Amino acid sequence: MNIAELQAYGYVAAMVILVILTYWYIYHLYTKKKDARGIDYEEYSNMALKDDVTDTPVSARSDDKEK
Amino acid sequence: MENRPLEYDYTVTKMFMFTTIVLGIVGMLIGVILAFELAFPEVNTILGSGVAEYTNFSRLRPLHTDAVIFGFTLSGIFATWYYVGQRVLKVSMAESGFLMFIGKLHFWLYLVGVAAVVVSLFMGITTSKEYAEFEWPIDIAIVVVWVLFGISIFGLIGIRREKSLYISVWYYIATFLGIAMLYVFNNMEIPTILGTNGIGEAGFGNWWHSVSMYAGTNDALVQWWYGHNAVAFGFTVPIVAMIYYFLPKESGQAIYSYKLSLLSFWGLMFVYLWAGGHHLLYSTVPDWVQTMGSIFSIVLILPSWGSAINMLLTMKGEWQQVASSPLIKFMILASTFYMFSTLEGPIQAIKSVNAIAHFTDWIVGHVHDGTLGWVGFMIMGALFHMAPRVFKREIYSKSLMATQFWIQTLGVVFYFTSMWIAGITQGMMWRAHDEFGNLAYSFIDTVTVLHPYYTLRAIGGTLYLVGFFIFAYNIYRTMSARPVEESELQSASPMGA
Repeated sequence: MNIAELQAYGYVAAMVILVILTYWYIYHLYTKKKDARGIDYEEYSNMALKDDVTDTPVSARSDDKEK
Repeated sequence: MENRPLEYDYTVTKMFMFTTIVLGIVGMLIGVILAFELAFPEVNTILGSGVAEYTNFSRLRPLHTDAVIFGFTLSGIFATWYYVGQRVLKVSMAESGFLMFIGKLHFWLYLVGVAAVVVSLFMGITTSKEYAEFEWPIDIAIVVVWVLFGISIFGLIGIRREKSLYISVWYYIATFLGIAMLYVFNNMEIPTILGTNGIGEAGFGNWWHSVSMYAGTNDALVQWWYGHNAVAFGFTVPIVAMIYYFLPKESGQAIYSYKLSLLSFWGLMFVYLWAGGHHLLYSTVPDWVQTMGSIFSIVLILPSWGSAINMLLTMKGEWQQVASSPLIKFMILASTFYMFSTLEGPIQAIKSVNAIAHFTDWIVGHVHDGTLGWVGFMIMGALFHMAPRVFKREIYSKSLMATQFWIQTLGVVFYFTSMWIAGITQGMMWRAHDEFGNLAYSFIDTVTVLHPYYTLRAIGGTLYLVGFFIFAYNIYRTMSARPVEESELQSASPMGA
C-alpha cells in the first residue's frame, strides 16, 4: 500500500469518525439538555444577559474552590 | 483613597474603538478612490503624473484591503474583545495591573505596526502575496501584537469569575488560534539578503525584502488556505462572536438555542479549513483538492446558517424592535447578509458556476456583500452598543443612525447588484465563441460594456462611505451627549433624538 492509498483510507476513516462524533454530540445536546455540572445549556445565555460585574455567575468558579 | 465598587475598565476598548473608526475611514476612502479609478482611468493620475506612482490602482489596492482587514476589522475585533471578554467572564481589567499593561502595549504596538504597514505599502514595498503583502520585519511585529492579544485573552480567562466560557469567548479563542496558525505558515519567507544565486553571489536586494519559502503550486495552495481562512477567522468567526453577544444583549432576548450555537461552532471549525481549494478551481492544484474545496464549501452552508438562523430566531416575538431600534436593524441586516453571502459563496464554489464566476467582478461583489453588509454593519452595531456604556452617555442621535442605516444599505445594494451583472456579463463574454471556436470578444470589449456598472459600484461605495462619516460623527458627538444612569444601560441602548 503506498502513501496515497494510506492517505485515502485515513481520510475516509476521519470523515466517518467526525460524522459519528457530530451526530453523537447532537444526540447528547438534545437528549441530556444538561451538562456534567447539571446546568441546562440554555441557561448559559444568561452569561450575556446578566453580565454586570456584580451579577451572580451562572456557574461561579468560587463554587469549585469551596468544594 | 475612597473605596469604590468594582467596575469594568474600558480604557483599551476605547483605544481600539478609535482606530476602528479612523482606519475604517482610511480603508473605505481608498476603496472609493479605487472604484472611481476603475470606472474612470484618468483618476489614476488625478494628482498629476509626478505622483502617479502613489495614486495608481495597483499601489492603492493593497492599502485598501489591508486597511479594512487589518485596520478596521481587527481593531473592531480587539475593541469588542476587551469589552465582551470582561463582561461575560465577569472580571474587570482593573483587577489586574499586568493585563492592563498588556492591553495597552497591545494597542500601542498595533499602532506602530499599522504605521509601518501604511508607509511600506505606500512606498511599494510588498511581498506581492494577496492579503499577506507585509515584509518580514512587519510580519514579526504582527506576530508580537498577536501574542499580546493571546495573553490578554487567556489572561482574562485565567482570572475569571464565571466558570463556563460564553459562546462568544469560544469564537474569540478560535480567532486567535486560527489566525496565528494561518499567518505564521503563509508568511514563511526568506530574506533575499541571506540567499545565494546559482553562481554563488550572495546578498541580494534590500534588507527588508524576502521571498516565500514555498514555490509555484505549493505557494498557491498555502496562500489560499491562508486567504480563504483569513475570511473565516477574520471576517466570520470574530463577527459571529460579536453578534452572539451584542444582539441578545441589545434586544434583551436570550439566544434562541444555546445548544445550536455550540453545534454551529464546532461545525464551522471542522469545515471551514478545508474550503480554501475553491479559490484554485481550474488551476494546477490536484483535482481532488479542487473537488474537496467545492464540497466543503457547500457543507459550510450548514454551520453558517446555524448561527445566522439562531440570531434571527433570537428576535422571535420581538420583531417590533427591528422597526423601532436602528441599532437592532444594523445587527439583523448583518445577520441577513451573513446568510446571503454564505449561500452565495458555496454557489460560486460549485465547479460549473465557478467556470463563469472565476476572476470576474461577481467575486468582488460577493466579498463586499459579506464585508459591507455583514462585517461592517456588525462592527458598527457593536460600537453603537458599546459607546453609551464606555462613555456613560446616550447615543447622540437616533435619527442620524437611521439615516446612516438606509444610506449604507442602499450603498451595499448598489455595490452587489452592479457587480453581479458586471461579473456574469464578463464571464459570459470571456467564454463566448463562434462556430469555429474563435473567441467572440476581446478583453477591451468587456471593459466597454462594464463601464456603467463600475460607475454604479463607485456610487454604492460612496454612499457607504458617507454613511461611515455619519457614524464617525455620531460616535464623536456621543462623547459629549447627555449622561445616562446605570439603570438605563440594562439592554436597549439609550439614544437621543
